[in-house]
Amino acid sequence: MSAPRLLTRPVAALALFAALAALPPVALALGDPFLVVVGGRMLVFAIAALSLDLILGYGAMVSFGHAAWLGLGAYAVGVLMRWGIDDLALQVLAALAVALPVAALTGAISLRTRGIYFIMITLAFGQMAYFFFVSLSALGGDDGMALTHRSTLAGLRLMETDEGLYYVTLAALALAFAGLWALVRSRFGRVLVGTRENALRMQAVGFRPFPFQLTAYLISAGICAVAGVFLANQALYVSPAYMSWQRSGELIVMVILGGIGNLTGAVAGAVVTIALEEGLARWSDHWRLGFGLLLVLVVLYSPGGLTGLARRLTGGRE
Amino acid sequence: MLRASALAGLLLATVSATPLLAQSEPVKIGVLVTLSGPPAVLGEHARDGVLLAEKVLGGKVGGLDAEVIVVDAEGKPDVAAQKARELVESQGADFVIGPIFSNVMGAIAGPVTGAGAFLLSPNAGPSTFAGANCNENVFVVSYQNDQMPKVLAEYMNTQGIGDAFLLAPNYQAGQDSLNGFKQQFKGSIGGELYVPLGQLDFSAELAQVAAMQPSAVYAFMPGGMGVNLVKQWAQAGLSNIPLMSAFTVDETTLPAEQDAALGMLSGSNWAPDLDVPGNAEFVAAYRADYGRVPSIYAMAAYDSVMLIDSALKAVGSTEDKAALRAALKAADFTSLRGNFAFSSNQFPVQDFYLTKAVKRDDGSYQTSVVEKVFTDYADAYVGQCPLK
Amino acid sequence: MTGLFLLQLLNGAQFGILLFLVAAGLTLVFGIMDFINLAHGVLYMVGAYLMAMFTAQTGSFWLGLGLALPAVLVLGLVLEVTVFRRLYDRPHLDQVLATFGLVLMLSEGVRILWGSAPLSVPMPAALSASIPLLGPMRYPVYRLAVIGAGIAVALGLWWLITRTRAGMLLRAGASNRAMVSALGVDIGRLFRLVFAFGAMLAGFAGALVAPILSVDPGMGDNILILTFVVIVIGGAGSIKGAFVAALMVGIIDTVGRIFGPIWLRAVMDPQAAAQAGRVLAPMLVYILMAAVLAWRPAGLFGRAGAR
Repeated sequence: MSAPRLLTRPVAALALFAALAALPPVALALGDPFLVVVGGRMLVFAIAALSLDLILGYGAMVSFGHAAWLGLGAYAVGVLMRWGIDDLALQVLAALAVALPVAALTGAISLRTRGIYFIMITLAFGQMAYFFFVSLSALGGDDGMALTHRSTLAGLRLMETDEGLYYVTLAALALAFAGLWALVRSRFGRVLVGTRENALRMQAVGFRPFPFQLTAYLISAGICAVAGVFLANQALYVSPAYMSWQRSGELIVMVILGGIGNLTGAVAGAVVTIALEEGLARWSDHWRLGFGLLLVLVVLYSPGGLTGLARRLTGGRE
Repeated sequence: MLRASALAGLLLATVSATPLLAQSEPVKIGVLVTLSGPPAVLGEHARDGVLLAEKVLGGKVGGLDAEVIVVDAEGKPDVAAQKARELVESQGADFVIGPIFSNVMGAIAGPVTGAGAFLLSPNAGPSTFAGANCNENVFVVSYQNDQMPKVLAEYMNTQGIGDAFLLAPNYQAGQDSLNGFKQQFKGSIGGELYVPLGQLDFSAELAQVAAMQPSAVYAFMPGGMGVNLVKQWAQAGLSNIPLMSAFTVDETTLPAEQDAALGMLSGSNWAPDLDVPGNAEFVAAYRADYGRVPSIYAMAAYDSVMLIDSALKAVGSTEDKAALRAALKAADFTSLRGNFAFSSNQFPVQDFYLTKAVKRDDGSYQTSVVEKVFTDYADAYVGQCPLK
Repeated sequence: MTGLFLLQLLNGAQFGILLFLVAAGLTLVFGIMDFINLAHGVLYMVGAYLMAMFTAQTGSFWLGLGLALPAVLVLGLVLEVTVFRRLYDRPHLDQVLATFGLVLMLSEGVRILWGSAPLSVPMPAALSASIPLLGPMRYPVYRLAVIGAGIAVALGLWWLITRTRAGMLLRAGASNRAMVSALGVDIGRLFRLVFAFGAMLAGFAGALVAPILSVDPGMGDNILILTFVVIVIGGAGSIKGAFVAALMVGIIDTVGRIFGPIWLRAVMDPQAAAQAGRVLAPMLVYILMAAVLAWRPAGLFGRAGAR
């Protein structure tokens, strides 16, 4: 299980970020500015997938309710905008102020369980959040809330253009990536991975896994809620559909497809998944057939997802 | 690992390789409905309605070359919002026909109208767009969501039914539907039950109904939930209590409900046997081309294209948006529903009927007009809409 | 009121048994082979679609059932040989991704073959009556048959696993694969049989509920989550646990959504009670699961520390 080592090398991540940064001018040069919008979606889901990878890849905590944080973040924007508060920083703070206490409570309960039981108890909390917002007429219920404009950044309407929103999202992604990068290399990260590999041994050397796991769970929920803030800005719409279990499943698929336990894989997984959906949906209404087949083939012939594939292509060592 | 990013780049390139055709010449009509996943059948009906209309018009709409671009909304509001922007901004659609579901409407209306295109809804008609937030570039060709339940409430009033039991799934459209019913119904409400969205088994609700023995039951139970309710209704021995519903017994669910639904009453603005000019030809052509009996989703989508056709004929091009808007609002086309006009909020003024599920001569099923309940009926929100 | 309450208990139990029918195959595959199969729901769906096709072609419910079951068994075998057997030794997450891919493929395949519109399976004439029960309320005979089938499957599985040689080998193979192989038992063949049998159970459940439920491309998704809830509450791998948990889920869901608002009215004003009831009803099952797992982290009958 030491495979993730490979992609800790920064070159892959730097290349990926360089490609993402170059996307808007390239899209413009190709005469298809709409690619920026697709790219923006990729970035949002890359942030969400990154956050999931922290607990799933490094902590072996497979959350099947992660989309709930995405939804909470989006609703923070919706509610604040209704009150006339457009500032992005305040919205991010509000998203965190809602997500973190909820995550502390559900995390404390969920972390009593492991393996499939953890998967299902997080699903249970995710479903509760989903049904809560579906039933809540005050916030539009199932019909959701339409937003009339995007958030402002320090009073500036920087994000009103697609390019502006794209680069602000990219900055958030880079920030999340750098933060998590440092985190997983810190003592905290090593304890987290140690707990994943052998919880008993970690306890024997004097680490109680629970505080580390809960902290990781909180960080993960917080980052995903921030992704939700950007999702609301992307779609200019907030809906309980962001919290459905299918959405949580898609996040898991992105992380596994990219290759778990290395942050670059999560970003690549999100980018490739969205690109595939976009590309395949243009071919046929039956695009899910091809997408499903591809997932099966990746698992059968490329263990470790895209990063596993990359490792074999680059010589398989390390 | 560089190659992995190269792979990502390649995928991006595939996406971008879709050619951006030169703007203008043909009129572009986007169709944005849910075409994948479980609820796809409604979107398919609507898409086929558009394609049939285009075929009937000989590939031209309003005498101009037309291109129909069909896009899957995937039933996800955020995906739909993005696809809507792509349709109008990148592919240059002048009109977008969609969506099926009310919760997608809120997500796509902004992007479509913001870019100056017209949105024509072949189904969703949420009250938010009928009242204060009505939009000059949104035309709802179908109905307003509250109207169907009111048809049944009014029918029950005329039948002297004094008490009714209500059933709906627990989400916004379900609550709107029951509220609409209660506004119109003069009798007493014996009870109301909201069931969780996606519920499979109705035995508990049916036992409550059997215990209460109401004079009638009104249900709003769309899609597969409706199929389950209708099949389980007769099995629970409730045939003696009339089940009247909206969006529960129609041409999309009847193939599965079959004999269990026969005789059940619904509220509708149209039925395949509605006796107005052109309707019989439409039903026959649709059945010949797509192998099924058309539903109101197919009908309203067909009407949407005919409406665009009439407006373009009057104006001659897509350049003058104001003239086009006025021409659309004039609704000078032959609707499959007969009488059709727009209120100031750009929702229809039309007749509503009580319909009954019947078996056709060829063994398939359809709804059939029993009687007209409302004539030239407008929705209740017109007054709140600032449009003139 | 008491009579109605008892009747709703029966309805809840009946829904629970229906859930157990689907959950039985899943908990078997998960418990014995340690395999997370998200495709279980689509196998259930395929069972219902095959049932719809065969009953339409033969005009008989029983012939349709007789043809649908072996057909799902064959599909299970084909999937085992082409995909699943390569995943037994892989991490759970690989299994999740691959079976999720299969869910997408099979669902779309079903749409291509049979279309998106829901299909119907007529009820067999012999079972289509309803018997009187408590005043004006009646109970469908077919649902009694479903209850009977569920109990028969539960007993059959219990006998198979605890009383037969195959069952003994399975239990041994689940706890120590290498040991059983060393004894000269072809563990691969054994697993193939379990998997195909589990697929057939899913298909059987789908075929059996087809006359009461809508046969549509979404039916697998809806049931999959509830099925996982059931096997997790019961303790993964435990047939007994799945049975108990299915009954619990069925009864709490049914009784809670009918009587919850009524009971809430006793402690708050009617408007608030109705609103709270509406918000809480769809969450009940998940609240139950979270509560059970918070109390017993490996489910009611699960082995602590396992998996």
